[in-house]
Amino acid sequence: MNGSRIAAIVMRQAYLLRGSPQRVLPLIAWVVIDILLWGFITRYLNQVSNAGFDFVPALLGAVLLWDFLSRVMQGVTMAFFEDVWSRNFLNFFAAPLRISEYLAGLVVTAIATSLVGLVAMLALSTLVFGLEFATYGPALAPFLLVLFVTGIALGVAGAAIVLRLGPSAEWLIWPIPTLLSPFAGVFYPVSVLPAWMQAVSRVLPPSYVFEGMRAVVGGKPAPWDQLAVGAGLSVIYLGLACWLFARIYRHALRNGLIARYSAESVS
Amino acid sequence: MPVAPILSVSNLCKTFTGLRAVDDVSFTVAPGEIVGLVGPNGAGKTTTINAVLGVLEPTSGRIEIEGVDLARDRTRALSRTNFAAVYAPLPGNLTVEQNLKVFGRLYDVRPLGERVEQLLVDYDLLKYRRTKAGVLSSGEQTRLSIAKAKLNRPRLLLLDEPTASIDPSTAREIRAGVSAVVDSGHAGVLWTSHNMYEVEAVCDRVLFLSQGRIVVEGDPRRLVEEHGVASLDDLFVKVAHARLHDDQSERAARAAEMRA
Repeated sequence: MNGSRIAAIVMRQAYLLRGSPQRVLPLIAWVVIDILLWGFITRYLNQVSNAGFDFVPALLGAVLLWDFLSRVMQGVTMAFFEDVWSRNFLNFFAAPLRISEYLAGLVVTAIATSLVGLVAMLALSTLVFGLEFATYGPALAPFLLVLFVTGIALGVAGAAIVLRLGPSAEWLIWPIPTLLSPFAGVFYPVSVLPAWMQAVSRVLPPSYVFEGMRAVVGGKPAPWDQLAVGAGLSVIYLGLACWLFARIYRHALRNGLIARYSAESVS
Repeated sequence: MPVAPILSVSNLCKTFTGLRAVDDVSFTVAPGEIVGLVGPNGAGKTTTINAVLGVLEPTSGRIEIEGVDLARDRTRALSRTNFAAVYAPLPGNLTVEQNLKVFGRLYDVRPLGERVEQLLVDYDLLKYRRTKAGVLSSGEQTRLSIAKAKLNRPRLLLLDEPTASIDPSTAREIRAGVSAVVDSGHAGVLWTSHNMYEVEAVCDRVLFLSQGRIVVEGDPRRLVEEHGVASLDDLFVKVAHARLHDDQSERAARAAEMRA
């Protein structure tokens, strides 16, 4: 892989963000709204509940982690959509750019954009709602890493779907995190789900992250063996997503869609 | 000793769901040579260019850029190439300078800053360096596309209707700029155009494509004489009509055969 070519993809996104408040604002706005909404819900639940259960880490922490995954996925897809919207595929792919370099550029962009959202979420949830993620220290990193890899895999798979089906398939991509969330046990233990939903959740890496985090918040030791399963699954999905993108790219090369990619040419 | 071609296309075929867009096309482009690829709409010019640019996989055939097989080592082959096409404007939401810097990195141009400055001067784009490419006029956008196409000092330059929709004065400047690069012997150019005056003025050799096949080939100035026509425009019309008549005769023969 050539660093200069990866840097070109990242630079393009950096230039777009630098000159465009309307692109920067969504990186922060939606996560701030989510944290405020769920922060006040958890505060209210803590007031009316006599169970002695602290809803802040259980609910607000879960929202923060789930939003992080969604932001990582959107970091990849938004960077890809910029090339879709500006019909830039011909310019990029007629250059000596490898698919791996293009995807690496999208991933680096997603790291930067999702970090902006993560920092905003951590600051707001800690300062306003007293969520103390910092107390978990470096133990939090593997959980975030599994979510990050899963988010990248979802983003690359989403980009592959749009490359195959055309720009009008964008709407299929946005709801993916929402569709997965009931199965991932974001707000409740997987054990409350019916058997068939539990079977689905067992193949979703985030379910291992949220089960693990619930154990840590409940004062139990982190279930590293379970998290390792989640990590393994996320790596497999990332590999599959990259394979899918490369395969669809080859299909587009055979059909000439790279050269005339637009809503009008791809049904 | 014969000079090795910069571009060598051998037996190129491309079929789209039963339709043969390019049919057994072979040609070369030598260093210091401008080869014109002309023909009616749908003749297979852009399909050929896209195959050479590596964004369209041929059904069969071989493309070599400076001896590097495009199918085997796409990255190495394309690093010696660049292109400008009227239907592929640079991202309109980046400024002129940002576009040149992004594509300069993509082609690993070093030292990039110096090269960008030089091209901004060469293509009279200095005053637009902080202007978004999307708001430039057609002529300015074309100048930017050609500046981008020359970023990596390509050995093979592909220009797909580079002067379409621009005024004669800007078109003349662009032709002069491209000719200068070619005259140095450094690069070869594959140039498509519908403007036969331009082809005659610029190209050393012309390939007439019709329905995916090269039907006439040669020096544009000699071809006029050889085919007994008044101009290259007339030859274009003659070639396009001949193919049309061939097709009509073929269809009529086939219909008669079926009736029989």
